[in-house]
Amino acid sequence: MIKVRNISKSFASNQALQDVTFQIQKGQFVTLLGANGAGKTTLTRILATLTRPTKGTVQIAGYAIDKDPIAVRRQIGVMSHFSFLYGDLSAEENLHFYGKMYGVQNLQNRIDELLHQVNLHTRRYDLVRTFSRGMQQRLSLARAILHHPDILLLDEPFAGLDVNAHKMLNDLLHNFIAHDSTVLLTTHDIDYAVNNSHRLIIIKDGRVIADDPTASITTDHIKNLLADKSK
Amino acid sequence: MTGLKQILTIIQKDLILEMRSKEIIVSMLVFSLIVVAVFNFIFDPGSEQIRTTAPGILWIAIIFASNLGLSRSFAREHENAHMQGILLCPVDRSLLYIAKVIGNIIFITIVEIISLPVMVVLFDLDLHGVLPLLLLVLFLGTLGFAGVGTLFSTISANTKSREVMLPILLFPVTIPIILAASKSTSYLLAGRDITQIWSWMRILIIFDVIFLVVCFLLYEYVLEE
Repeated sequence: MIKVRNISKSFASNQALQDVTFQIQKGQFVTLLGANGAGKTTLTRILATLTRPTKGTVQIAGYAIDKDPIAVRRQIGVMSHFSFLYGDLSAEENLHFYGKMYGVQNLQNRIDELLHQVNLHTRRYDLVRTFSRGMQQRLSLARAILHHPDILLLDEPFAGLDVNAHKMLNDLLHNFIAHDSTVLLTTHDIDYAVNNSHRLIIIKDGRVIADDPTASITTDHIKNLLADKSK
Repeated sequence: MTGLKQILTIIQKDLILEMRSKEIIVSMLVFSLIVVAVFNFIFDPGSEQIRTTAPGILWIAIIFASNLGLSRSFAREHENAHMQGILLCPVDRSLLYIAKVIGNIIFITIVEIISLPVMVVLFDLDLHGVLPLLLLVLFLGTLGFAGVGTLFSTISANTKSREVMLPILLFPVTIPIILAASKSTSYLLAGRDITQIWSWMRILIIFDVIFLVVCFLLYEYVLEE
């Protein structure tokens, strides 16, 4: 579903990613772990077609991100710590806007379904700026899956969420995976990654230093890998 | 058809946001009316002096007010990474440019629709027989300025000092448009021969076409980091 081959990315003299290679199969829930500045967000942005790699190739659902970015964008849903939602539009208006941009069929039905799913149907006409952080993230997830993407890219989606919002978002995610969809998540939460994902990819200084099934790796081992040996 | 729908969706979204916040139109309008009012105090209404300076005052009001609006419209897209949200949609970057140019033209036109009659009254201008051509010149000037302004406001929105950066980038590049538009307006209001007016309007059209094509082609690269 996702094929990343030898990608590198540099910003001026800063090498954000170096020779990163991995594949993710359909239906897999993969977590990308790494310290701040390790290159997780840069990698997610490349997969989301927001940034081009300096070197290497990426294929998503059979489409090369450099040759057919529009086809790639139809296959992916992206959620980050930014909600991408307009505060001066209501929950429904935000979904309408993004739904029209994606050309979603039966948009009103889809919006109704998603607003119920994320438990925001009673607040559908309220402006998003009146929503709590947790509500905005739930709506952001609805926005990300509005167009029935096969792949979900999540960049620290749990940042700043309380326990209830965290649980609700997690349940929604597992529901998404249960429908044979693919998830690539970046997080700092090692316990969450070990308990929920199928596979872990650990990035350090822009390089993949581990790529293992969750069952074969312990939390302590991950912590050791992530620890900065220079300190 | 999908592309046209996407363009209309972006324009509609921008208009709804502006109707709710009114932050762009109000700031542009207040600025342009202040410029017109200040110059009205300086010159005597109906004097020869006002007739020769009115086109310049009109374009100063439009251009500086537009600069305010352009800056704000893109700053709004960068709050909460809205622009990224749009860039994640399956939309061609050049369609996004067209939508943003049309949106900016609408905002500037609204300001012109209100400022021009105020200016006509305060400066006692006679637009009899020249109004259709004047509206055409206003449209062409607005088109060119919004076309270049959309590209540069996208560039400057990524910088820390975007309010300062935009006019520094925009004004030197748009000098041919400003010059041709103000000269055309000046000749129109002075009742000059149509061939003289047309010579400046032709320059305005040529620069509009050049700038719009170049900005349309460059927009995708501007959105890249």
